[in-house]
Amino acid sequence: MAAAVRSQVISLYRMMLTESKKFPSYNYRTYALRRVRDAFRANGALEDPRAVERLVVEGQQTLALIKRQVSIGRMYATQKSVVDD
Amino acid sequence: MKQRVKLFQTGEHWCCVRGQRAVVIGGQRFSARDIQMLSPGRTLSSRLLRPISRLHLRLGSDGRAASSLPKELIKRHELEIDELRPLYMDFQATTPMDPRVLDAMLPYQVNYYGNPHSKTHAFGWESESAMETARRQVADLIGADPREIIFTSGATESNNMAIKGVARFYKTKKRHVITTQTEHKCVLDSCRILASEGFSITYLPVQANGIVDLELLEASIRPDTSLLSVMTINNEIGVKQPMKEIGQICRSKGVFLHTDAAQAVGKIPINVTDMKVDLMSISGHKIYGPKGVGALYVRRRPRVRLEPLQSGGGQERGLRSGTVPTPLAVGLGAACSIAQQEMEYDHQRVSMLANRLVQKITSELPDVIMNGDAEQRYAGCVNLSFAYVEGESLLMALKDVALSSGSACTSASLEPSYVLRAIGTDEDLAHSSIRFGIGRFTTEAEVDYTAEKCITQVSRLREMSPLWEMVQEGIDLKSIKWTQH
Repeated sequence: MAAAVRSQVISLYRMMLTESKKFPSYNYRTYALRRVRDAFRANGALEDPRAVERLVVEGQQTLALIKRQVSIGRMYATQKSVVDD
Repeated sequence: MKQRVKLFQTGEHWCCVRGQRAVVIGGQRFSARDIQMLSPGRTLSSRLLRPISRLHLRLGSDGRAASSLPKELIKRHELEIDELRPLYMDFQATTPMDPRVLDAMLPYQVNYYGNPHSKTHAFGWESESAMETARRQVADLIGADPREIIFTSGATESNNMAIKGVARFYKTKKRHVITTQTEHKCVLDSCRILASEGFSITYLPVQANGIVDLELLEASIRPDTSLLSVMTINNEIGVKQPMKEIGQICRSKGVFLHTDAAQAVGKIPINVTDMKVDLMSISGHKIYGPKGVGALYVRRRPRVRLEPLQSGGGQERGLRSGTVPTPLAVGLGAACSIAQQEMEYDHQRVSMLANRLVQKITSELPDVIMNGDAEQRYAGCVNLSFAYVEGESLLMALKDVALSSGSACTSASLEPSYVLRAIGTDEDLAHSSIRFGIGRFTTEAEVDYTAEKCITQVSRLREMSPLWEMVQEGIDLKSIKWTQH
């Protein structure tokens, strides 16, 4: 992977994790963190630049989705879960 | 004519369940068909607590009395502001909406609010195209053609449409419908209505592992059978039926096969062509989609004809009139497409978590039975029976975990679930069963918490149980001759 693309992917990953940590709901938060981590790990060995670009675009859309859903979660926040620490 | 009573532990109180007649305890008369919470100090005197082992512990065999009880043991109460929410382990009852599904639905709740059947303006066109996209997403998940998908208000409506519609359409020549004893209430009730209209219904028994006997199934098919309905994955015990083989039998005999796949769609790979299924019910809120929407797959080649239940403007191929709720349909479509992408990942995770739960519980607790076949099942639905412990009292003790002791439709009555009865579970074990539901959003921490709580509470309740004491002493309960007082 070209260096520029690699750093873009890494920054996307970091931003997605940062946003996912903001979910108020325990279940959504843990799912988002886990899913983002596993998705990036699974696609880590991908070489084809077109596929990588497609995934990066998808990642950016998902990042926007996470931001929106975090705001909605905050608007309608409720009590914390029993296992939430 | 003294009454046999069963004493339950509820953690705080001693409960007694009537059988069919009245009972005198501690000088006070209790009428039949009543459950009372008796605190130890009040009516149930301490001298009664001592000779518990001499009281007979068999519940009246007629479940009718218990089923008409209006009061519930677990009192409903709203959560306080600072009270922590219980963790959710009831994924078969319903599932939380995936954030991606909500995100797909919101534009159609806010700005794109047109009626998809309006043909004359942009609101209608954009709404219709969203609806058609959703239809295609649902069809792709089950390997069908988009024209074969009808949006309904849920799997109950789909089941009603399929069973009543097909039976009534072919009623001049074919008057026989076959189903199983472990079906969902809506299927059984539809069949009951058909029976009252003059159809003859066969309710196939299932084996002890919950799977239907294929030879018996084939033998029950008559020349005048129009429809066979078998659910793919059972919602109470998680058992997976051999749909390919059943489809093969039905196709060879010219009988339509309907399956209630509400619990199966999006969780196991489904292909309507491979399974040779003619009708399939899909539920939105079981696959992380919105509540209030579902779909019915109706095969076009060879054509399945239905008599519509809902008449009106002829929407949905005339089979289900009424405006299609675009936001809900979009939500269902999004849920299906997410499920298709995530199926492998979710399946591995859910299997791992379910194994973890069952391993943890069975390694610490003896006398725990899993209901339903061990292999032919969906991992995320674990139904365990804890011997010598009462199910409702265990649920009350596990108040930090949202669990159920059977399906949501039947848990209001205190009758043991008919599914457990159909697989031949002993009455006492049927009363002690709990269903653990694991899904996409369940975490290891939640599973560990549930397992630990379960182990602690079951051990505690067993300590209080006189039956458990007797078992520990090596007495075989089946050999006891209970005396009547």
